[in-house]
Amino acid sequence: MTGFKPFALTASVLALSAGLAQADSPALMFDMGGKFDKSFNEAAYNGAERWRESTGGSYREIEISAEAQRVQFARRLAEAGSNPIVVLGFANESTLVEVAPDYPDTTFVLIDAVVDLPNVRSVIFAEEEGSYLVGMLAAMATETGTVSFVGGMEIPLITAFACGYAQGVKAVNPDINVIVNYTGSTPAAWNDPVRGGEIANAQFSQGSDIVFAAAGGTGLGVLQAAEDAGLKSIGVDSNQNHLHPGSVLTSMLKLVDQAVYDAFTEGPDMETGVVVMDLAAGGVGYAVDEFNEHLITDEMMAAVEEAKAAIIAGELAVHDYRTDSTCPAF
Amino acid sequence: MRTGKIPHWADVTLVPLFSVALAFAISAVLIWAIGESPWEAVKLMVEGAFGSSYGWGYTLFYATNFIFTGLAVAVAFQARLFNIGGEGQALLGGLGVALVCLYIPWPHWSIALIAASLGAALFGAAWALIPGYLQAKRGSHIVITTIMFNFIAASLLGYMLVSVLRVPGSQDPASPRFPSEIALPKLHEILGLVGIPFSTVPPVNIALLLGIAMCFAVWFMLWRTRLGYQIRAFGESEPAAQYAGISPVRITIYVMLISGALAGMMAVNSVMGEQQRLVMNAVEGAGFIGIAVALMGRNHPFGVFLAAILFGFLYQGGAELALWTSIPRELIVVIQALVILFTGALDNMVRMPITRLFARTRRAG
Repeated sequence: MTGFKPFALTASVLALSAGLAQADSPALMFDMGGKFDKSFNEAAYNGAERWRESTGGSYREIEISAEAQRVQFARRLAEAGSNPIVVLGFANESTLVEVAPDYPDTTFVLIDAVVDLPNVRSVIFAEEEGSYLVGMLAAMATETGTVSFVGGMEIPLITAFACGYAQGVKAVNPDINVIVNYTGSTPAAWNDPVRGGEIANAQFSQGSDIVFAAAGGTGLGVLQAAEDAGLKSIGVDSNQNHLHPGSVLTSMLKLVDQAVYDAFTEGPDMETGVVVMDLAAGGVGYAVDEFNEHLITDEMMAAVEEAKAAIIAGELAVHDYRTDSTCPAF
Repeated sequence: MRTGKIPHWADVTLVPLFSVALAFAISAVLIWAIGESPWEAVKLMVEGAFGSSYGWGYTLFYATNFIFTGLAVAVAFQARLFNIGGEGQALLGGLGVALVCLYIPWPHWSIALIAASLGAALFGAAWALIPGYLQAKRGSHIVITTIMFNFIAASLLGYMLVSVLRVPGSQDPASPRFPSEIALPKLHEILGLVGIPFSTVPPVNIALLLGIAMCFAVWFMLWRTRLGYQIRAFGESEPAAQYAGISPVRITIYVMLISGALAGMMAVNSVMGEQQRLVMNAVEGAGFIGIAVALMGRNHPFGVFLAAILFGFLYQGGAELALWTSIPRELIVVIQALVILFTGALDNMVRMPITRLFARTRRAG
């Protein structure tokens, strides 16, 4: 690692001059797609900002723009003394397998995948449980008997959203038709609101009156299309109810911000291992606030709360598509 | 493109150099406008890309990708065919590499390297063959078909990774890791043989040497073989070439096969050399950067080599900028776009003043 020395020097000089984070402060590495994707990455950013505001601390952040940078930046953050280092996205599973053993004194936090190493905390979310609940709400709110789903790319994570959603729908009424579409096959699919809107409109023409979007920035176009058509939509990851009040039925919450906030707060000495952010842990859920409370009747609320309690108690199991790549509700 | 008014050496050196200088000047203004010091930024970029063997390693790794895709575009352009399907051809090349590395047990990396190169070239060439055939036989424009094939390639790869190659139970749509026995030697191991110390971290590997060898091979093919002569003749004037007995169908298909093979071979560097497994985003735009590299390199293998280093510098220097300053990563894309704009689209804006300057000095002299 001889090549690192001049760099460490430049880095520390710059850190001082630019007033950036000092060593031993936490760091956040965003996934492809960028910090302001109104979804997964941005939720993590919000969590980090919340930590900064409440503690007055500072952190280092970095956005990757190439596959080779995953390992490169993870190493550089560790070399620069950042601790803990939160890396976002399942694609970094192999990054940490490669990097984490070389820095045993640094704690890494991986969001959305599991790496079994003593200095790695793996945070995974039970997306299927939250999606199940919003699926129930969609089934109770539909008037046409058809609801739909717009995913980003057809990858196991997103199919798990779709599968949970379809199970929730079918649990209310097995006769309801669920249309599932994906936006594209390249990473551009995560940030293509125009195409998202087109797909939503195609689904509306097939009779759908409620659409659930799990597609990053693409989802914004889906939500817009639903409002334009006078129909309903369901947001994802963050609470998106306020984007189109009265049109967004609810949002499936995936509290990435909480996971980042917790990791930053607990610091380098946090407990490592697998952290499952499910309904019981409050890691996923559905959003009800002043923008959508008039859309959710007491009956709907009672039914969903009942299912939620049953899932938490372990009486109701929602199938996770990722375990066996099949879905009972498709 | 040739004006005949300025000496050849000026055409190939001065014009690109001025274009790059202009692009950097405008970028500096932009950096200054967002409240950062352009001088510090340039220093950080240059130091980050060339200041250590670590920086060189990453610069050369990215450059290797661009050498392959740049050569692919350059060869096609010699026949005036605009192959913008390098992205898809490289993706398919990646699939070829992955299949060769995963399903055949190779005793040694050197044999695996040859087989993977052939696999990558074969898959890339096959993907370019269809648009080439459609252009040659049906007149379907190559620009349209190659860009459409990029999307088909992405979908095909997505299907292969999610449904066929994915490690069971893994979240990540990626192939399993290739066996470690066939990991390509990195540059520090090669340089270590002759006693030159080099950082062990960067992913630059023996594919760099393969890329350089391809530069020589393409040069030899274009300027020292009958096929190369036919390609260039066809590019200069199709009717003249046809009159001389050169078959446009044959040349179009041959050129696209060579171009696709070169683009596909990029995967030897990124898939086999770096990731050692196939991921969805294996090419990440290098196919499109190849167009800029070829434009800047004046479609000559040596120019492509130099332009590839420049873009490798922009990638690695840009990463350092993103890492250590608050300059957003989008600015790197802006700088790259400016370089492309000046070297590609606004070529004459730079060329004309230089032409005039030469005319004046000649008159004075």
